[in-house]
Amino acid sequence: MTSELFAAMRQSIVEGDADRAEELAARALGEGMDPLAAIDEGYVPGLRHVGDHFAIGEMFLPEMMLAARAMKRAVAVLEPEMARRASRRRVLGRVVLGTVHGDIHEIGKNLVGMMLSASGFEVHDLGVDVPFERFVEKAREVDADIVGVSALLTTTMVGQRSVVEALRDAGLRPRVKVMVGGAPVTRGWAEEIGADGYSEDAVGAVNLARQLVGA
Amino acid sequence: MAGIDPIVDPRLRLEVLTAEEVRRIHAATLDVIESVGVRFPSPRALDVWEAHGASVDRQTMVVRAPGTLIEEALRQAPPVYPLAARDPALDLPLDGRHVYAGTDGCGVEVIDLETGEKRRSSLRDVEEIARVCDALEEVAFHWVPVSAQDRPPASRSLHELAAIWRNSTKHVQTESVVTAREARAAVEMARAIAGGADELRRRPVLSIMQCTTSPLAQDGGSLEAALVAAEAGLPVGFMTMASCAFTGPATVAGSLVVGNAEVVSALALMELAAPGAPVYYAAAQTAIDLRNGAYTGGGPEDFLFGAATNALADFYNVPLSMGSFATGAKEPDWQAGIENSLSTFMASAVVSDMLLGVGLLYGSRIWSYEQLLMDCEIYAIVRSMLRGIRVDDESLAMDAIRDAGPGGDYLTQPHTQRHMRELFRPRFLDRRSYGAWETEPDRPRDWARRRAKELLAGHRPEPLDPGLEAELAGIVVAVEVEAERSPESAPA
Ligand code: B1M
Repeated sequence: MTSELFAAMRQSIVEGDADRAEELAARALGEGMDPLAAIDEGYVPGLRHVGDHFAIGEMFLPEMMLAARAMKRAVAVLEPEMARRASRRRVLGRVVLGTVHGDIHEIGKNLVGMMLSASGFEVHDLGVDVPFERFVEKAREVDADIVGVSALLTTTMVGQRSVVEALRDAGLRPRVKVMVGGAPVTRGWAEEIGADGYSEDAVGAVNLARQLVGA
Repeated sequence: MAGIDPIVDPRLRLEVLTAEEVRRIHAATLDVIESVGVRFPSPRALDVWEAHGASVDRQTMVVRAPGTLIEEALRQAPPVYPLAARDPALDLPLDGRHVYAGTDGCGVEVIDLETGEKRRSSLRDVEEIARVCDALEEVAFHWVPVSAQDRPPASRSLHELAAIWRNSTKHVQTESVVTAREARAAVEMARAIAGGADELRRRPVLSIMQCTTSPLAQDGGSLEAALVAAEAGLPVGFMTMASCAFTGPATVAGSLVVGNAEVVSALALMELAAPGAPVYYAAAQTAIDLRNGAYTGGGPEDFLFGAATNALADFYNVPLSMGSFATGAKEPDWQAGIENSLSTFMASAVVSDMLLGVGLLYGSRIWSYEQLLMDCEIYAIVRSMLRGIRVDDESLAMDAIRDAGPGGDYLTQPHTQRHMRELFRPRFLDRRSYGAWETEPDRPRDWARRRAKELLAGHRPEPLDPGLEAELAGIVVAVEVEAERSPESAPA
């Protein structure tokens, strides 16, 4: 019975069926299943399947997006019970992510966020046009390991430096790592502003995040 | 002084969409604007919409406007007007007969001409690129090609404009003016160049481009800058980049509808705020890469967009600026050649008024002088093709054929003397013998680089009057002082 439920959960993620994923999560709770088991043995294998097939070019970005969304919906159903049991999901790290103040480019940032979630990071996405202090507040609130700042414009990339400085002024550096990215951002720029890392694409961002948390 | 040799009255014709198909796209577009709506995050813009009876949700900033309002507004847009230049001989009539190429814009890095290394772009690059393009007959107007990253963000776009005016007498278009403050200063600068506010309306030496925010939204700062420009009579265009399967539906037709709704609603707003303002349609739609979500700037869908969009712009009777060139390639290579040739051919064969643009690699991010010159070569090839084949007594060449007879040749025929210079002579295609190439295996891109260096060293554009130059500089400084005082309204 349990194994059937796990298989169905896995399948809901592979098919990107968020309604089904949510419904299965509710059923699991009704049956008294440990929410962590549902995530780790039900949903995560689905995400892994999608990730693997994406890597070999058999599944595509829209399918990744659907899988990530289904996962998110299922976890949202399971969360209250996890909180009640005071169990915390084992995650590789907590990431606060956003596109910097003045900048509304979101596609790349969303991709990075999705890939990080799919790889086992807990991602708090602040959206676009995010004020510098907001990164600091959120990092404090969720006890972040990493703050990720995206900027696509040469006029807004200077804001990445402001975020690094704001985190420093708040006493969160160097414990909270900073990673940056976006079209005009280069490794040299990341070094210049004192960020801990830079990546050119979403896959690189995952590798970098792993490195930064020593995973 | 260098002239401009544009594509004019192409003889090849391409019909990608039938009249009926255009009408269906139009009907779907009006339905989207009326029932789904478009977000206009600017209080000023919302006021204008409301005053004209559109339904406005102040919370979400989504505007739903009836089709009749959109159609009536668009009817006010002038179908023909000029893009004027510092040198009136270089004015560009947007009359539906010409296809003008501009540079691509807002690049962030430059491949250095001397070192060949990639580095961050600066004001000096803007100046040098303007100077080289001033000398190229294929480049009809400038887009601010790269960003002057060594100038403060609040006044950067204005430094860029002044730099181009100092180094070229051709028309200037910018995509970097994205706040009302910058727009007011840009208008002031343009008035100084044109010789007054009325003169600027008659001969707009500056035009403005803004981006829409796909899907179905606009950017607040861009809207407010555009309104300032439209009121001053500067041509204003809105460019959609709705891309198949990400910011637009996966189908080309669906993405045309989404992009069209964004552009048409923005142009309608300009006409409601400033009736009769010169506006243009702009688009750089593409399909994303299904693996990494990248904006591809190439591929068959991209090329189809290039030809289809002009059918829409023609339907609304406004000029079109079409994203062509703009390869996704990392260097001037096979991919750059194929993408830029096909996109430019498709957009030109349907007589898009403006093409954007030459010189940038990697999805409009890296400036390459080699690519610039090779893009110009592509433009020249397309220009030759679009002249088509003349068939008349002289071109049928009966006398020459009789004269040469069976087995003769045409090398020494007077007819050949008369017409051989009409044949295309490449500058950057390698037609040497294999042996010559083996002895000196350089490539067309090396020749292109050499040519760029020559132009940079040798071309002296008509200088800007020193008084005028000082006036422009003064306007820029004033903006910097103002920005110091109230930084919050600095550019987004
Ligand atoms: C935290 O750690 C990390 C790590 C890695 C990270 C990371 C964070 N963030 C990103 N990465 C990396 O991983 C991602 C996934 O692989 C990658 O993300 P990317 O975002 O690079 O890649 C995405 C998957 C796909 N790429 C994209 O989505 C960006 C593509 C291009 C074409 C682009 C688009 C689509 C848009 N734009 Co804009 N746009 C351009 C872009 C040119 C280009 N080729 O990059 C660029 C960035 N835009 C530019 C401009 C000028 C503008 N844009 C504007 C608007 C827009 C649209 C809204 C139309 C649209 C964005 C839609 C959206 N919802 O996001 C305006 C600014 C609005 C604002 N205030 O932000 C406006 C100012 C135009 C105007 N006048 O209105 C240029 C910037 C030039 C400069 N000098 O700064 C530009 C380079 C194009 C150009 N040459 O003109 C990596 O960079």
